[in-house]
Amino acid sequence: MPAPSSHVAEVPGDENTAGDERAHFDSLIAREQRIEPRDWMPDEYRATLIRQVAQHAHSEIIGMQPEGMWITRAPSLRRKAILLAKVQDEAGHGMYLYSAAETLGADRADLTAKLIAGRQKYSSIFNYPTLTYADVGVIGWLVDGAAICNQVPLCRSSYGPYARAMVRICKEESFHQRQGYELLLTMMAGTPGQREMVQDAVDRWWWPSLMMFGPPDESSPNTARSMAWGVKRHTNDELRQSFVDMSVPQADRLGVTLPDTGLSWNGERGSYDFSEPDWAEFAQVVAGNGPCNAARLARRREAHENGEWVRAAAVAHATKRAARGGERP
Amino acid sequence: MSADWPLYEVFLRAKRGLNHVHVGSVHAPDAAMALRNARDLYTRRNEGVSIWVVASADITASSPDEKDAFFSSSADKVYRHPTFYQIPDDVPRI
Amino acid sequence: MTGHDVTVYESLANSGDDRRWAFGTGFEDPLAGVDMSVPSGVDGADLAAYATMLGDDALIASQRVAEWITRLPELEVETAIANVALDLLGQARMLFARACGADGSGRGEDDLAYLRDAHDWHNVCFVEGPDADFAGLVMRLALFATWRLAVFSRLRDSTDPILAAIAAKAAKELTYHRDFAAQWVVSLGDGTEHSHQRVQAALDALWPLVEELFLSSPVERRLQAVAVDPVMAREEFEDVVGRILEAATLRCPGPPGGGQHDGGQHGGGQGGRDGKHSEHLAALLDEMQSVARAHPGATW
Repeated sequence: MPAPSSHVAEVPGDENTAGDERAHFDSLIAREQRIEPRDWMPDEYRATLIRQVAQHAHSEIIGMQPEGMWITRAPSLRRKAILLAKVQDEAGHGMYLYSAAETLGADRADLTAKLIAGRQKYSSIFNYPTLTYADVGVIGWLVDGAAICNQVPLCRSSYGPYARAMVRICKEESFHQRQGYELLLTMMAGTPGQREMVQDAVDRWWWPSLMMFGPPDESSPNTARSMAWGVKRHTNDELRQSFVDMSVPQADRLGVTLPDTGLSWNGERGSYDFSEPDWAEFAQVVAGNGPCNAARLARRREAHENGEWVRAAAVAHATKRAARGGERP
Repeated sequence: MSADWPLYEVFLRAKRGLNHVHVGSVHAPDAAMALRNARDLYTRRNEGVSIWVVASADITASSPDEKDAFFSSSADKVYRHPTFYQIPDDVPRI
Repeated sequence: MTGHDVTVYESLANSGDDRRWAFGTGFEDPLAGVDMSVPSGVDGADLAAYATMLGDDALIASQRVAEWITRLPELEVETAIANVALDLLGQARMLFARACGADGSGRGEDDLAYLRDAHDWHNVCFVEGPDADFAGLVMRLALFATWRLAVFSRLRDSTDPILAAIAAKAAKELTYHRDFAAQWVVSLGDGTEHSHQRVQAALDALWPLVEELFLSSPVERRLQAVAVDPVMAREEFEDVVGRILEAATLRCPGPPGGGQHDGGQHGGGQGGRDGKHSEHLAALLDEMQSVARAHPGATW
C-alpha cells in the first residue's frame, strides 16, 4: 500500500495527541493485534522494521547466487527444474519482502542502492561458497531449515504486511527444505563418491547454519526491544536450540555425521547440548571478510548497473505511449 | 528521467466466487507490464484466476486517525444487522 | 522455549509424520501413466528423432535463458525469465519422454540430455549462441517463440496424440513467451536512442540465423501428418515479426536470411537439424553435462 503518513489528511477537530497515539499503539501490541501501514507507530519501530525486512529481502536476493550458479550444471533435468523453481521462489520472496518494506515508506530502489553500496547487510550464510552439487542439497536442508525456524515465528510479527509476507514465504520455503533433504537422501543411496560429497558439504555448512540465528543472546543488543514490540518472537539462542534438536535426528536418518564432538542428548533439558560456533569467524564474515562477500555484492551491483539502460528504456517507452494518448505512465 | 519503475498494488481473485484480495505490490514501467509482473510473481503456484493492478499513487485510503469520524456513524446503526430483530423461535427458515 | 513454541511448524504443517515439513513437494511426471504406443503406420525411430529435435531446441534455449538468472535488469524480470526457462525445460522433458517412449531404446530423458555429444544434437543453431546483452536475450526469445508457436499451434493437430497434447500445453506457454519478449522488444525499440540501437544490433546479429528455422529436415518430411513442416510456419512468422518490428520502430534487415546461408557460423548444409553446429554448442554442453558426466553410475 502507499507510503504511510505521506498524504494522510488532517482531520478537523481531531484531538488525538501524540500520547494517545502512543497508547493506542501500545494497546494494539499488547492485545496481539496487527499494526497496519497507515497506523501511527514510533519512529524506532518503523526504523527497526525497515532494517529487518530489508535485510531479509536482501538475503533472499543475494541467496539466489550460491545455488543459482548450479542451475546450468544440474546433473538431471528433474533437478534442474527443481533448482530453477527454487531460485525463482527466492526472487519472489525478496520481492514480497521489499513490498512489505515499501509499506513502511521505504523505497526499493533506495534499499537496493544501500545494499550494493555495502551499507545494508544480508545473511552472512550466503558469503560461503557452493563447491559441489551436494551443497545444493545441504543448503536446502540446513540453511533453509534454519531459515524456516527463524521465519515461522515471524508469521506472527506485529506488523501486518511483514507477517502476511512471511506466511506466504514459509509455505513456499518448506518445499525448499524438502527438496534439499530428498536430494541428500538420493545421493546417500548413490555411489561412495556421492556420499563423500554429502558429508563434505555437511561439514562445511553446519557451523555457518548455526550462526544464521545470530550472536548469543547476551551479545544481541536489539533482541529485548524487538521482542517487546512483537517484531521478533524468540531469542537467537532459543531458535538455535530448536534447530539443533530438529536437525540431529534428520542427520541420523540421512547417515551423516554432524561435525561437533560436543553434540550429545541432555535428558534433563530434553534437548541436545552442542558446542559454541566460532563467533570470531562470524564477526569476520559479517564485517565483509567472508570468502564470497565481494563476489556476491559485485554480481548484484553488476546486474543492477547493467540493467540501468533497460529500466530507463521501459520508462521512456511508457512515457511516449502515454503522450501518444495511450495509457499514462 | 528516473529509471526507477513506479509501484503498483496487486489484487488477486483466488477462484471464481471470491473477491479480489490485496496480495502485495510490484514495480513496473506501466500498467500492462505491471499485470505481467504480477502474474509472474503472485501466481507461480496457480493461486489466481484474475488479477487487478492499480498504481499505488492512485489509491485514496481512509486515514486511521479518522476512524472515529469515519466509521463510528455506522456503528450505531444497529438496525442494519439482522440480530437487531427479535423473531420468535417458531418461525421457520428465517 | 515452551513445548508449544518448539513445534513452530504446527501452525503450517499437515498433521501426522510429516510435521517437520510444512508442505508437500508435489513434483510429478507430466506424462506419467500416458499410453506411449506409436500410432500405426508411423515409424517409431522417425517419431523419436522428431520429438528429440523439438526437445533439443527447447532444452538449449532454456539453458541459455537460465544463464541470465541473477543478472537481469530488475527483480520482476528475474521471475519472468525463470518462468520462461522452466516452461522450455518442461517442454524438453515431455518431448524427450515422447522420444524415449517411441524408439524402444529404453533410454531416459537424462540419457538424451547428458550423454550426447554436440554432433548428436539436432537443435536449430538459432538457439545455441549466448546473448550479448538483454536486447539480445529478448530479441532471440521473441523470434524463437514466434517461430515455435507457429509450429506448435499446427502440431496440436498431429496424428500422434502425445505430440498433440504436448503441443497444446506448450502453445499456451509460447504465447506468453512471445508476448512477453515482444513487449520488451517494443519497449527497447521505442524507448531511448541507446536502447533502440542495442535492440536493432541484436536483430541484425540474429537475422542471418533465421533462414535455418524454415528448412524442413528429411524426418519432418517423412512424418507428414505427425510432424509440422516448418515451411508452413513461415507466413505466420513473417506476419507477426513484421508487426512487432513495426511497433518497435525497428528496421527489418531483409527477408529471413536474405536467401543466404550463414555458412561460416554453422557449417552450411542443413545446419543444426543435421548435427552441424556452431562452436557455441560444445561449450554449452561441456558446462551442462559436467556434473552428470563426472559421476558415472550416480543417481540424483
